[in-house]
Amino acid sequence: MGSGSSVNVNYKYSLQKSENVQTLPDETHPAFKAAVLIQRWYRRHVARLEMRRRCTWRIFQSIEYACEQDQIKLHNFFSYLVDHFTPSSSKERDFISRMFISGESFKEAELEKYCDYESMEVPDSYTGPRLSFPLLPDQATALLEAFKQKQQLHPRYVLNLLHETRKHLKQLPNISHVSTCYSEEVTVCGDLHGQLDDLFLIFYKNGLPSPSKSYVFNGDFVDRGKQSLEILIILFTFLLIYPNEVHLNRGNHEDHMVNLRYGFTKEVMQKYKVHGKKILKMIQNVFCWLPLATLIDQKVLIIHGGISDTTDLDVLEKIQRNKFISVLRGKKRKDSNRNVEIQEINRESKTEADPAEKEAAPSLFPQPRPAPAPSMSNRQEFSRWVRQTVQEQIEWCRRLVDISESEEEELTYSSVVSLTDLDGPCRTREEDWKQVLDILWSDPMPQEGCRANTVRGGGCYFGPDVTQKILEKHNLQFLIRSHECKQEGYEFCHSRKVLTIFSASNYYEIGSNRGAYVKLGPDLVPHFVQYQANKTAHTLTMTQRISRVEESAFRALREKLFAHTSALISAFKAYDKDNTGRITLSNWATAVESVLRLGLPWRMLRPQLVRSTVDGMLEYKSWLDDLAMEQRSQEHIQSSLLEVIYRNRSNLETIFRIIDRDHSGLISFEEFHQTWKLFSSHMNIELTDDGINDLVRSIDFNKDGNIDFNEFLEAFRLVKQSQ
Amino acid sequence: MAEQAGNGEDDAVAEIEKKIIEAFEVFDHECNQTVDVREIGSIVRSLGCFPTEAELHELLAMVEEEEPTGYIHLEKFLPVMTKVLLDRSYRPIPEDVLLHAFEALDENKCGYITKEKLVKYLTEEGEPFTQEEMEDMLSTALDPETNTVRYRDYISVMTVDET
Repeated sequence: MGSGSSVNVNYKYSLQKSENVQTLPDETHPAFKAAVLIQRWYRRHVARLEMRRRCTWRIFQSIEYACEQDQIKLHNFFSYLVDHFTPSSSKERDFISRMFISGESFKEAELEKYCDYESMEVPDSYTGPRLSFPLLPDQATALLEAFKQKQQLHPRYVLNLLHETRKHLKQLPNISHVSTCYSEEVTVCGDLHGQLDDLFLIFYKNGLPSPSKSYVFNGDFVDRGKQSLEILIILFTFLLIYPNEVHLNRGNHEDHMVNLRYGFTKEVMQKYKVHGKKILKMIQNVFCWLPLATLIDQKVLIIHGGISDTTDLDVLEKIQRNKFISVLRGKKRKDSNRNVEIQEINRESKTEADPAEKEAAPSLFPQPRPAPAPSMSNRQEFSRWVRQTVQEQIEWCRRLVDISESEEEELTYSSVVSLTDLDGPCRTREEDWKQVLDILWSDPMPQEGCRANTVRGGGCYFGPDVTQKILEKHNLQFLIRSHECKQEGYEFCHSRKVLTIFSASNYYEIGSNRGAYVKLGPDLVPHFVQYQANKTAHTLTMTQRISRVEESAFRALREKLFAHTSALISAFKAYDKDNTGRITLSNWATAVESVLRLGLPWRMLRPQLVRSTVDGMLEYKSWLDDLAMEQRSQEHIQSSLLEVIYRNRSNLETIFRIIDRDHSGLISFEEFHQTWKLFSSHMNIELTDDGINDLVRSIDFNKDGNIDFNEFLEAFRLVKQSQ
Repeated sequence: MAEQAGNGEDDAVAEIEKKIIEAFEVFDHECNQTVDVREIGSIVRSLGCFPTEAELHELLAMVEEEEPTGYIHLEKFLPVMTKVLLDRSYRPIPEDVLLHAFEALDENKCGYITKEKLVKYLTEEGEPFTQEEMEDMLSTALDPETNTVRYRDYISVMTVDET
C-alpha cells in the first residue's frame, strides 16, 4: 500500500542531513525543484488512490448490509401474507399452503430414516475418497487432495460424515473450553464463506490440525463462495479426528434460512442433484448443534458476531441450543390493521376479518396439518378455514422455537426443569432466543451503549462500555469475533478489547482485502498472519488492484441506482420545479442519498457516476437513460418492470427457492405467476397481467409448463454468469 | 469549479463545505468528527489540491490543537480548508510542467532516466520519498527490461488514470 503517512517525516530528515554536511539544501538547483514537483505530484496521486480505495470499500459494505436488510423485508412479506391474504381459488389456496411448507421437522428416528445412507451403494467406478469411521488422519489428507483435484465426495460418505458429526456435536456444551497448556498455541480463524482456497492457504502456512496444533473456526463457513460444502466436509472431518484440538463456533450463516438467500442451498443442490435434499436436511440438524462460543483459558471469549448488554455466559451455557434450527423469525403480527389498502388480486368479494385470529405471534413456515377444507362455494367459511389452517401451522412452527409443552423431540421432564432454573428466575424461550441471536448477529460500534442492529435486522450494536461490563463480569481479557470483513483481515476496536478476525480474502472482489488468522500462546498475546489467496492479486500494481475493485463496486452501485429509477426521478423533479430537465450537482448528491440511503460520500463518487454535465448542471433524464442502457438485457420488457425485478431480485430468488420445495430448480408457470402477483401486491406495484405475461414469454420455458428459475434469473442478469 | 447555483456565493460555499465534510468523514473511523493527523494529507489532496509537504505542515499548524493530540477536529479543519478551496491554493500541476521536471533530471536528454538516478534524486533531493513511496512509483514507472523510467510514457499512463 502507499505511504502510510501522507505527511512526510523525511522532509525534516533531508534538512538535517544537509545540515550535517554543513550545506543548506540548494533550493534553486533545478534538480531540487524538479524533485519537489515530481514528489508533490506523486503524493497527490497516491492520496487520490487512497480515497478511491476507501470509497470503494464503503460502497461494498453499504450494499452488503443493505442486502441483509432485504431479509427483513422478506419476513415482512410473509407476515403480510399471513395478515392480509385470502386466497380466492383452490389454486391460490394450494399455492399459499405450499409457501408455508418448508419441510417437516424430524424426530431423531425419522431423521435417521430419511437421511439413511447405509443402503446407498458406492459404485466401483467411484474414484474419490472412501471414508470409514472412526476417521483417521490419512483420510483427512486424502480428502484435501481430492478436493484440490476438484473431485466430489460420494453422497453416502457425505451423509455418513454428517451423521457422525451430529452425534459428536450433541455431546458438546454450548461453550467450548480450550486451554493453551495442552497445545502451545491456538489458531483462530474467522469467516471463510465457502472460499476453499483460503482454507488451503491457512493449512499451508500454519499446518494441519493435529494434537499439537489447535484450531478454532469462528463460524460462517458457508454461503457466497462456491465451495462451502467442501469446507464443511474438511472441518467436520478434522473435528472428528481431533476432537480435543478442533473447535467450531456457529455463525449467522449456519442457518438454512440464510443459506436459501446466500447460495449454499443452491450449491448443494447443484452438486448433489439426487441426494441434495437429504444432505441439506442433515446439515440443518448439524448446524443447530454447533457450539455457540469458545473460551480460551477462561480469558478470551470467541463468538461469531458479538454481544449485547443482556449477554450472560451463565445463561448461554444452559440454553438448549439445538432448538434454534434457524435463528431468523418473522415479525410479530400487528394487531389488526384493517385499514391497510390492499390490492388483492383475483378477489371478487371481500371477506370480513375473523376476530378470533388476532392472537399469536406468527413465525415462518409452519407445519401443515390441515383439517378437510370446506367447499369453495362458501367464500367466508373457506377463507376462515384458510386462516385457521394457516394459524394452526403457525402455532406449530412457533412451538419449534418457542416454549413448548408438547411432543418436542428430546424435551424430557428434566430438560423442562432445567429451563426453569430452580435457583434463579424463570427464563422464557424468548430470552434464550435473544441470547443466541445477539451472539451470532451483533456488531461493535465506537459509541457507548447498546442499540438494535437495524442494518442487519438482528442482534445489536454494542459499545465499549458493554464490552467492558462483560469482560469484568466474567473476568475476561478480550473478545474475538468475526462477522465483518476487514481490509487487513483483522482489526481491533474498543481499545483493543475486541478483535475482529476475518479469513476470507478478496471477499468483495479480487484485491479487495486480505484474510488473516490469529495465534494465541499461553501469554494470550495475539500474533497475526495475513494472506491473499489469489495469484493475480499479487502481480497487479496497487493502482491496478484498486481500479479493478473499484470497477466492480461502481458496477454494483450503478445497478442499484438503476433499480431506483422511478424514485430518483421523483426526487430530481422536486429540485427542478421549472421542469428544465436539469439539476445542480449539489442537488443530485442530496437527492441520490435521500433515495438510496447508503450513507455514501456521493460528491466524492460523482466523477465516476456522472460523466457529462452542461454548465455544471446534470440532465438527469438522459443520465438515467444511460444507466438503463447498461443494465437492459431484454429490450421489449417495460423498463419499470425491469427496475422492479432488479430492486427485488434477491427477495425474488429467495422466494423462488422456498416455493421450490424439492429443490429441483423448477417451478410451474402458475406458481411463478402467483409468486409475482403476491409479491407485487405486497410491494404496491402496479402491474398488469400483460406485463407479467410479457415477462414470462421472454423466457424459454419447457413445454411442460415449468420454469427453470435459474435461467430466469440469469436471463435478466440478476445472477452473475459465473455462478 | 464553482457550481451553478440559485443564490450564487452562499450556495457555492455550502457546496464546498459539503465536499470537505464528505472527504473528512471517509477517514473519520470513530464517527466523532476527528481524523488522525497523518491522514490530513490524503484528505487535502483528494479534494483536488497539490500541496508540497512544507505547505501541508503550514496548514496543519493552523488546524492542530494547542496541545497536539494526534487528532484534527472537523470544526477547525472546515473553515481552513474552505478558504484553501475558495482561494484555489495548491494548484494542480499541468502535464507539460511535469514533463519539464522529468527532463530536468534527464541530463543527457535521452528520454529516459535510469533507476539508480531516479531513486537518488527522489529519495535524497527535494522532499524525499520514503522507501515505500519509491518502490511504489517504480512498480508502475519502471521498465523492467531496461531498468529505466521512460518518463513520457509514464506520464501519459498516469494522466489517463486521473480521469
